[in-house]
Amino acid sequence: MANFETPALREYPIIPLIHAGTMAHSKPFVAKAEYQQPLGFPGALVDNWESVAVKKLGELVEESRALRVFLDSCVKCGACTDKCHYYLGTSDPKNMPVARQDLLRSVYRRYYTLAGKFFPKLVGARDMTKDVLDEWYSYFHQCSQCRRCSVFCPYGIDTAEVSMAARDIMDTVGVGQKYSNEIIAKVHKIGNNLGLPEPALRNTLDGLEEDVKDETGVDVKFPLDEKGAEVLLITPSADFFAEPHIDGLIGYAKVFHQAGIRWTLSSHASEAANFSMFIGNHDNLHKVAIRIREAALDLGVKRIVVGECGHAWRVAYSFWNTLIGPFDFLDRNYPVPQHICEMTYDLIQRGALTLDRSANDGKIVTYHDSCNVARASRMGSMPGGQFVIPRAVIKASVNKFHDMEPGSIHESTFCCGGGGGLLTDDLMELRVKGAQPRMQALQHVVENHGVNYMAAICAICKTQFAKVLPYYQFPMDMIGSVHGLVSKAIQLGTKE
Amino acid sequence: MSALTIIYAVLFYAATVVLVGGVAYKVYVYASTPAPLKIPTTPAPTTRLGVVGRMLREVTVFESLFKSNKWIWLFGILFHFALLLVLLQHLRYFTQPVWGWVVLEQPFGIYAGFIMVAGLFGLWARRFLVDRVRYISNLSDHLMLALLVAIAVSGLTMKFVAHTNIIALKQFFLGLLAFQLQPLPADPILLIHLALVATLMIIFPMSKLLHAPGVFFSPTRNQVDNPREHRHVAGWSASINNPGGR
Ligand code: HEM
Ligand code: SF4
Ligand code: SF4
Repeated sequence: MANFETPALREYPIIPLIHAGTMAHSKPFVAKAEYQQPLGFPGALVDNWESVAVKKLGELVEESRALRVFLDSCVKCGACTDKCHYYLGTSDPKNMPVARQDLLRSVYRRYYTLAGKFFPKLVGARDMTKDVLDEWYSYFHQCSQCRRCSVFCPYGIDTAEVSMAARDIMDTVGVGQKYSNEIIAKVHKIGNNLGLPEPALRNTLDGLEEDVKDETGVDVKFPLDEKGAEVLLITPSADFFAEPHIDGLIGYAKVFHQAGIRWTLSSHASEAANFSMFIGNHDNLHKVAIRIREAALDLGVKRIVVGECGHAWRVAYSFWNTLIGPFDFLDRNYPVPQHICEMTYDLIQRGALTLDRSANDGKIVTYHDSCNVARASRMGSMPGGQFVIPRAVIKASVNKFHDMEPGSIHESTFCCGGGGGLLTDDLMELRVKGAQPRMQALQHVVENHGVNYMAAICAICKTQFAKVLPYYQFPMDMIGSVHGLVSKAIQLGTKE
Repeated sequence: MSALTIIYAVLFYAATVVLVGGVAYKVYVYASTPAPLKIPTTPAPTTRLGVVGRMLREVTVFESLFKSNKWIWLFGILFHFALLLVLLQHLRYFTQPVWGWVVLEQPFGIYAGFIMVAGLFGLWARRFLVDRVRYISNLSDHLMLALLVAIAVSGLTMKFVAHTNIIALKQFFLGLLAFQLQPLPADPILLIHLALVATLMIIFPMSKLLHAPGVFFSPTRNQVDNPREHRHVAGWSASINNPGGR
């Protein structure tokens, strides 16, 4: 399939010995000027970029307590060294979280600490050189910002914050990543990651209405830009036509239909994803997010519900109120924003949905906790609700469910290997190798419990798994949406 | 007064100023640097009180470290708790009369020195034996452990091998506290011990030892998980002004 070897799946997880430089060649395509400029970044490496980079680093540290504390506090205890899926899958020591942080910390020390200014060798401080920049470009694009390291660090040092800062600095000097920046440019211009304009979107939704009608005989609506609807649904654009995402979208529509909730999508805000988080740039973060506030106000909705997307849920849950609040114009009897799983779960609790588990009887299901949902947000009112609620929705829709090993679920979940702006073909080797720890845990439940279906609530996870499962000899359609299961189980015409 | 006494008096005043001033400055910087977004590592407590509990667990039983690595946790706990006991035991050299609970703590404090050394050697061994930890260790990480071991060993030597004039030493430190110079015993091991301790005090605020104040300011650990209920703004996010609404 490609010129690299897919890592072996073993009986028990083994921490690999380090092999320096195994992934030094891994680099995503660099963004051309046309994708840099719409984001407010220079089109190519600027003159005296060294001092621009160092200055930007200083500014970022000054405006982020997290960065400041993280750069100062690491004691090199090593507790995080075996926690990153990219290290486990590649054995490249620079993929150990602390080593990844050190790529930037070494520069910070050199220019902003006494010890680094006077005794650089002693504390591992380095000048900002082209080699360092190249190394940043390679290894800060081998971090999916999944925050697994932050769970296990005694000070909660979050390498995701460090790699966001590094990417922001690289963009500032004119070296951006093509995949993320091209997508953000599309959102600015057209409104979604896929560059799908309003007429095409309407077409797609009409097509879905027909498909569901053919299949079930019921008129399930997929409304677009419907003023006065109660709920605005913000969902990743992959839900509009990628497989298996689309089954999820159909599931949401059926739930709204049976519960009798008037809902709408928006052509102005037809995208939940906000890749600006991946590049750590808050101007773009705000600019992409504000469309949602505008759409909600324009359509006069009372609630905002967010579809199945991991990082989008982080942005929505943790950042929206800060970025695009206050939400005083919405109905505060519901959480703002609300996750589609929270909504479905509440409806199930209230007996508003008829679900027939046996409709999914061919499936033995496991659930992949997506990083950003597991470690950077919540559902429901209890800490850990993000683990309970999606599983409760699944268990209401299927008869057979088995969790993967405890060390690979909940807050210890392994990233799919494609998060954080790495879901691009030019990083295929990294994506396959980074998926190894998750595939290993999956293998276990496949062998021991006959699991044949893995449900997830993240557009990136779904796309990534559909692509990498075959490398590990699993069928690609083994991955599916949680609401795809709901869609199968729901008995239309029984409540409405 | 001997030159030695004067040199050590100046050294300890300077070290104290650097330690206290440096840490106070760092704490001020941490406290005044904004945390513009909510980034607690979840699941996180949803109340302030819950966060206080999480932080207490982090600094007393090293909760996260326990989850990640039992060896580092074991050696880390041994070292830090022994260090704490030793520090408390040292209060007797700075108080007159010695506080009652410090007297009671004496027997523990004395033997804690051995445990501290054991913990430090455990941590140090990892830096050689575990290839991942060897890879991330800088010279400064080794020197820091060497310094602490040297402090502990020189201290234990005075306690169990070559006794020093502890009465005179106490006079010296009580004198420093009262800004009156008292002669310092010219015992080589004591002089080494004191010089190393002063070195530790001086490098504290400019080294990784900042993890001690730092942990309390770590946003992933000290933030309340309530972004939907309370609009959090700080720094750049405080200047966001969204039009519309009611
Ligand atoms: C709030 C107080 C403190 C907390 C919560 C704390 C916590 C920790 C933790 C969790 C580690 C990582 C595990 C380990 O390597 O032991 C560590 C490492 C370390 N701590 Fe502390 N610490 C505190 C105060 C101090 C102080 C006052 C010192 C002073 C000398 C110190 C010296 C060290 C050293 C040298 C290491 C690195 C050990 C190594 O090289 O492996 N700590 N600390
Ligand atoms: S666990 Fe935290 S303190 Fe320890 S080496 Fe990793 S980042 Fe540094
Ligand atoms: S955030 Fe995730 S991908 Fe990045 S270093 Fe930490 S564990 Fe690895």
